[in-house]
Amino acid sequence: MKLNSPEELFALRDELSHRGDRPRVRVCCGTGCRAAGGEEVLAAFEREIGRHGLDVEVTSSGCQGWCERGPLVAVEAEKVFYLSVDPQDVPAIVDHTLRRGLPLPRLLYRDETGRPVPWRDEIPFYRKQLRVVLRNCGRINPTDIRDYIRVGGYSALAKVLSGMSPEEVIEEVKRAGLRGRGGAGFPTARKWAACRAQQERPKYLICNGDEGDPGAFMDRSVLEGDPHSVIEGMTIAAYAIGDVPEGYIYVRAEYPLAVKHLELALRQAEEYGLLGEDILGTGFSFRIEIKRGAGAFVCGESTALMYSIEGKRGMPRQTPPRSVERGLWGKPTVLNNVKTFASVPVIISRGADWFAGIGTEGSQGTQVFALTGKVRNTGLVEVPMGITIRELVYDIGGGPREGRIKAVQIGGPSGGCIPESLFDVPVDFDSLQEIGAMMGSGGLVVMDEADCMVAIARYFLSFTQAESCGKCTPCRVGTYRMLRIMDRIVEGNGRIEDLEELERLGRWIKETSLCGLGRSAPNPVLTTLRYFREEYLAHIEARHCPAGVCRSPGHFRINPEECIWCGLCAEACEDGAVRRTRQGFSIDPRLCSGCGRCRAVCPTGAVLFTEEVAV
Amino acid sequence: MGEPVPERGVRTEELATRLEPILSRYRGQAGGLIPLLQEVQGELGWLPEEALRLVAEATGLTLAQVVGVASFYAQFYFQPRGRHVIRVCTGTACHIRGAPKILERLEEELGIGAGETAPDLSVTLETVNCLGCCALAPVVVVDERVLKKRDHKKLWEWIRKRRVE
Repeated sequence: MKLNSPEELFALRDELSHRGDRPRVRVCCGTGCRAAGGEEVLAAFEREIGRHGLDVEVTSSGCQGWCERGPLVAVEAEKVFYLSVDPQDVPAIVDHTLRRGLPLPRLLYRDETGRPVPWRDEIPFYRKQLRVVLRNCGRINPTDIRDYIRVGGYSALAKVLSGMSPEEVIEEVKRAGLRGRGGAGFPTARKWAACRAQQERPKYLICNGDEGDPGAFMDRSVLEGDPHSVIEGMTIAAYAIGDVPEGYIYVRAEYPLAVKHLELALRQAEEYGLLGEDILGTGFSFRIEIKRGAGAFVCGESTALMYSIEGKRGMPRQTPPRSVERGLWGKPTVLNNVKTFASVPVIISRGADWFAGIGTEGSQGTQVFALTGKVRNTGLVEVPMGITIRELVYDIGGGPREGRIKAVQIGGPSGGCIPESLFDVPVDFDSLQEIGAMMGSGGLVVMDEADCMVAIARYFLSFTQAESCGKCTPCRVGTYRMLRIMDRIVEGNGRIEDLEELERLGRWIKETSLCGLGRSAPNPVLTTLRYFREEYLAHIEARHCPAGVCRSPGHFRINPEECIWCGLCAEACEDGAVRRTRQGFSIDPRLCSGCGRCRAVCPTGAVLFTEEVAV
Repeated sequence: MGEPVPERGVRTEELATRLEPILSRYRGQAGGLIPLLQEVQGELGWLPEEALRLVAEATGLTLAQVVGVASFYAQFYFQPRGRHVIRVCTGTACHIRGAPKILERLEEELGIGAGETAPDLSVTLETVNCLGCCALAPVVVVDERVLKKRDHKKLWEWIRKRRVE
């Protein structure tokens, strides 16, 4: 069915929303819930409802957020929200809730007093959240365009095409204060206006869905759970920029379900006349094509991503010229993140003032975080900008599982570690930069005393080092040098002057690298050096990992009382660390790599493992 | 992948016939190189040298240019892949919840390192940076099935059984 005018769309929306009375069960089939068995739960519902012949609509949904307690099931008419549902629970849910309208207490969330809480909005995990980007994620069926239209989808596009000039659209986005959600926070309207001003034609539009941070999955959740928001946002952007015949959505290789849902969404949007030639009969045309990534973190960088679309190696280039001047195929190009595009329709529908009223002065709107690590409630959360880290970790995250929370790592490999003492810093683009971190992708990993900050910094550095494209020397050689030093430190062979060397290298790499990958790669090391220097010192001076994570070489020693001088340990040692002297066998901690082979072959158990070693 | 995985040294003529339907759609288009390589790999399971030569011929690029692009991206394989693929998530959440230990154990039990395939082509072991199910960390994916911590026992049993066979 093709919609030939904005009015036809509004009529369809009203018709669909008035029909919304039918009871509806939404089973979360986001990545986390799917892995926990969401699809089996969905099938069980379909079976059970069919068996009772009930007039209930069962649909899968995108991520509902609380992955920790999945699979999640929302019975919308009754306002009941079930956690950790097993297919075996389904007959009881159907019987209690769908047939008799009663909640099933054993599957509900229970607060501290043990009282069951029936509906989502009253659960602490959800109470402080404000869903703008994720507004439809988990609330609609992503494979059915009618469900999106029902909740007001494509109305913003219709409003734009039927009565707003491109300049007015840009002005609206500008007044809303929307900044790029990819991490750097560049003002979106300024980018669009700069591209609009270019004389060269055609122009291109790209949606960056190459989410590569190892610990972030919000772009994926939006693409899987609400693909039409992104398509609508892109179409509005194309109209605002002008002379954009075609846009691309670049999706990370590891996200096959996102590609599948997007393909379906694009097809449906074209069928409904909301994409392609002569959109809604207004004469405006725009097409979107999906480009699948092929596995390179650096392709999240905008110029690298464009080369990748052109079929080349995804290596960043020097800017200027900026992409808005010369981007894809040498033409003016706007590239925005998935979440940026998904924010656009709601800004148009609800108005710039509404959006600008959320968040802080310099960072309007909301931010999505993938909250993981050592907290009770992990999952996908969206909060107004300016919320404190403490609120995120304790109120939404529910605090530590056990022990004490020591730090959060924010922004993934580009971000930094923030100690507990700074948890009252507001989360917005500028405050985070001030303390050496950055919003980055929105990964938020909570760490407790069992986590070693040196090891975590080394982990992120090993990631960026491996993903460095190798084009510029500071990043290619610099991250490698830093990593070797970090290796030395976690192995217990660090030297005190290494710390200064790390800081010097880090500073140079940040100042001289070609692209954002290199310019932010030292952040995890620099922030941990700044806030957790004592842990580095413990590794170097005491050759001891306070968290007990790093396998330091001093851990193995030979007990002379038990040693029978057989020499098997010396034969087994590949590091040449076992020394034989007239006094007996001993292990040289400077050579030992901690593999433990000596202990495995010792017939008398003379090789001991100790937590700490006196040097 | 319905067709069998081609062995090394496959005959070029056979390969050319098999890939023709894909190649013909991209002939002369250097810009379509990445999707073309993805489709060829989708058909063959990996990218043998002969296939890369055919791709170069079809696109009008040199073999060096094609390999230059293909080798840049982690998702292109120049070795045959195993019938089963075990992927260990080494994203941040999995990392701090014990992924390195799981990987180490898998390497030991399978006798291959990360990124390698067993000589009998039964299994490939690799790492992946975040699958987006951090709440279930640490996770291992066998073929397309995501195994959370509780399900890892099944994986070890499966490996043990495989060794007996």
